[in-house]
Amino acid sequence: MSAEDLHPREREGVVNPEVRVADDESARGQDGRRLDHAEGTSKPIKAPPVREPQPRGAKIRGDRPIDQGEAAERFLAAPLHAAAHDERLWDLRKKRDAVAHGIPEWEELRELASQIKTHTLAHLDQYLEQFEAAAKANGVHVHWARDGAEHNRIVLGILRDHGAKTIVKSKSMLTEECGFRHFMAGEGIEIVETDLGERIQQLDDEEPSHIVAPAVHKTRLDVAEVFARTLGTDPDNDDAHYLAESQRETTRPHILQAEAGMTGCNFAVAETGTVVTCTNEGNADLSGNVPKLQIHSIGIEKLIPRVEHLGVFIRLLSRSALGSPITQYTSHFRKPRTGTEMHYVLVDNGRAARLGMEEFWTSLKCIRCGACMNTCPVYRRSGGLSYGATYAGPIGLIIDPTFNKRKYSTLPFSSTMNGSCTNVCPVKINIHEQIFAWRKVLAEEHHIPMLKQGMMKAAGAVLSRPAAYRAAIGAADSALKVLPRFAVYNPLNTWGRKREMPEAPRQSFHAWYKQNRMKDGGQ
Amino acid sequence: MRIGLFVPCYVDAFEPEVGIATLELLERFGLKVEYPFDQTCCGQPMTNTGCHQEAAATEALFVKNFSGFDYVVAPSGSCVHQVREHLTAIPQTEEVRKVRASTYELVEFLHDVLKVDALPWARFPHKVAYHANCNALRGIGHARPSELNLPYFSKPLNLLQKVAGVELVNLARPDECCGFGGTFSVFEPAVSAKMGYDKVADQKRAGADYVVSADSSCLMHQKGCAERLGLPLKYIHIAQVLNGAAA
Amino acid sequence: MSAREAIFSAIRKNRPAGDFPLPEVPMFAPLVGDDLVAEFGERLKRMGGRVAEPGTDDAFAGVRERLAAAKIVASAVPELEGNLDLRAVARPQEVNDVDVAVVRAVFGIAETGSVLFTQDELIVNAVAYLAQHLVVLLDPADILPNVQAAYRRPEFGEAAYAVLHTGPSATADIEGVLIHGAQGVRSLTVVLLPRAKP
Repeated sequence: MSAEDLHPREREGVVNPEVRVADDESARGQDGRRLDHAEGTSKPIKAPPVREPQPRGAKIRGDRPIDQGEAAERFLAAPLHAAAHDERLWDLRKKRDAVAHGIPEWEELRELASQIKTHTLAHLDQYLEQFEAAAKANGVHVHWARDGAEHNRIVLGILRDHGAKTIVKSKSMLTEECGFRHFMAGEGIEIVETDLGERIQQLDDEEPSHIVAPAVHKTRLDVAEVFARTLGTDPDNDDAHYLAESQRETTRPHILQAEAGMTGCNFAVAETGTVVTCTNEGNADLSGNVPKLQIHSIGIEKLIPRVEHLGVFIRLLSRSALGSPITQYTSHFRKPRTGTEMHYVLVDNGRAARLGMEEFWTSLKCIRCGACMNTCPVYRRSGGLSYGATYAGPIGLIIDPTFNKRKYSTLPFSSTMNGSCTNVCPVKINIHEQIFAWRKVLAEEHHIPMLKQGMMKAAGAVLSRPAAYRAAIGAADSALKVLPRFAVYNPLNTWGRKREMPEAPRQSFHAWYKQNRMKDGGQ
Repeated sequence: MRIGLFVPCYVDAFEPEVGIATLELLERFGLKVEYPFDQTCCGQPMTNTGCHQEAAATEALFVKNFSGFDYVVAPSGSCVHQVREHLTAIPQTEEVRKVRASTYELVEFLHDVLKVDALPWARFPHKVAYHANCNALRGIGHARPSELNLPYFSKPLNLLQKVAGVELVNLARPDECCGFGGTFSVFEPAVSAKMGYDKVADQKRAGADYVVSADSSCLMHQKGCAERLGLPLKYIHIAQVLNGAAA
Repeated sequence: MSAREAIFSAIRKNRPAGDFPLPEVPMFAPLVGDDLVAEFGERLKRMGGRVAEPGTDDAFAGVRERLAAAKIVASAVPELEGNLDLRAVARPQEVNDVDVAVVRAVFGIAETGSVLFTQDELIVNAVAYLAQHLVVLLDPADILPNVQAAYRRPEFGEAAYAVLHTGPSATADIEGVLIHGAQGVRSLTVVLLPRAKP
């Protein structure tokens, strides 16, 4: 090993073409075993080196309902992407199962986490007051934002107070909710995302498609294309190590020069005023420990009462997300460093209102692990961007409509309600039951298509009248023609486009019974 | 003991053999089974689409047909799940609550109520992949789902193991939804079919000749997918296997 | 009405009905065996970290090669002398050129292979991320059995900054390929070395 190996950035041609470190120790552990910790796959998933254009997400047309199915169909029309996506996320689900089954108290931990969260949410005002008081006593500036726009204005104000124009930040779903990057771009503030996946998405001008793996829908070829276009990497080099190293080398100067650092928050501890972040890259620690000004954006539902409760949540979080026992970095920010300033921005953005929704308030327990996405068979085959919302997958289906009932009215129908999401949720949110409940709310408030509701009305009319029902399917060979009217309403024969139709039997069960089991033949 | 047989609408229309097998199987245990003649549907297509009001009259008819029975038995996990968990569009009178609590899916009725310990007439010498219908698995508790760290059990596999000759094969993704999802199958056809294709490919890779399930709707979807892909898999309801169907 | 008042008012108005007591969290039995040092090492290796056994006459034998290749070594421990004085660093950016940083952990956790630092151990917090490689001294007597035990320690309520490191910086954001040194250190090596007796 030479000093040069330690400092690849000192070599010429920083980004092109040989950035890979000579002593890269990533693939195998000290004992030679292949590492499968953290986010790494159990076996290499390498999409074939065939250029397949990356499928893009849902078409956004103002408040008009998102057509998730249309975007999902385009995703599946890119089979290399679809296969890699499904395989990668299923691998995470399998690893999650393996670690969960290795912990005897796993189900008890989930129950404890659920109870701690419901307790905290039911006493949220008290815990927020306690958190605020502790933070202030620690010398932290505390701000409150009713919504995303207010959050963005507050952060801008803090930056202006310091004459700061550059931010490095770690990934935060909350700032995605707030449209933070977009807003700051308009104010001339430069933001650099430091999570690799989030940086890829930023450079490609896309939203994250997954809560913990923002670019999981992209292949290395897509990343190579984005980096070649934006960072000047070798467009023909799609080696993941090269791409990751290029990102590191081009991001480091931003980290050193940034005037402010921002992070989100995984847990906010009321008793100590601590913000806890969990990352594998250590990028939240760079945001929090390098610039002179540090800002943490916190959703008000992130509160937990005491440090000791981290002993429950930290054990669940990364195991649920990635199947690893803990994230590489679990960071506890409590007081500003000497000579620096630390700010908390506590954001409501619809959370307090959701607290009042009897059937849906427990969705606030969510700790953003992404386990429900990894297990969701629909999400894995659709890609996160097909949902056209900040939150994709099962948790998105039940949260998104609280932000915009019309725009996201279709999402609760993008599910088979198979219930796997509920079983993997580390805080036991009854996700699939809430999906079911949302459908009812949306139908009652006429947020489902008139055609769909009309057909259900017609189906209900037939199915509640034995004579009409018998008339409809009495002759077995006509059942196929009328089946759409009740069992699988189907104006465009979407069944038959992809699947063979069932054969019509000789007679229905009803007719058989009448013929064989009734003495008088049913007369 | 009064037993009411509920034959779901799509079984009635498309898989009458499943209804017949269910009836005959119950009768093999010496039970007198009644088939209320005016039955139609449990209301699931409407409630799963969110249209509870549109389901109310159908639910009321279901209760009218099946009140007075000690047990209502149906060869469908999803319909039983609907009745037990979601039949709520009508006032919850004592009669309604009793019907809902008395409704059993065939496998759990055999396993939990009759406590069946032998099926001497049943012989099915084939490689079988079992498909766990999601409502049966996670909705009414047919088995321990793979996500949960709880003691293992499986009522349908327990019964299948009593059938001579059955050789169970293991799927790579045993509890993965097949993509039917009721109206999902027609409103999101692309994802639904892709899930179905992946499911039948898994069954094929596992070496199955037959796929057995406690739900005809999933089977109908999977059969359609397998035929489209040209895979020589055969699909049969567990009621038929337990009743001694040869193949 | 201020934002704060509006948020609190909405929360109080929307408080969920029902009794939601805070559960007592029992102390679960550790998932690790009695040999905490071995368990710690095994877990750390699986998280991509390394364990260097001290040599008989050189505590740092296992990391000598790495230290020898380094131009700048920043040491926060008395056991090893570096060539960059962390106490003299005025701005975190100054430690960007550090090749190897050497720090002592407050404690380790056998369940996960993690080590804890606070601002007192790091002196300059950023050095644990900006350096290329991290060497961590850990007293075998300071290894706790599990995460639960760790969160009963006082550091979390006292330190300005407390961080658990479990192996080096890692990412797999591109096709699940595991890469160390995503943003932070490329390697983390633990040297099991008892604290000097005062």
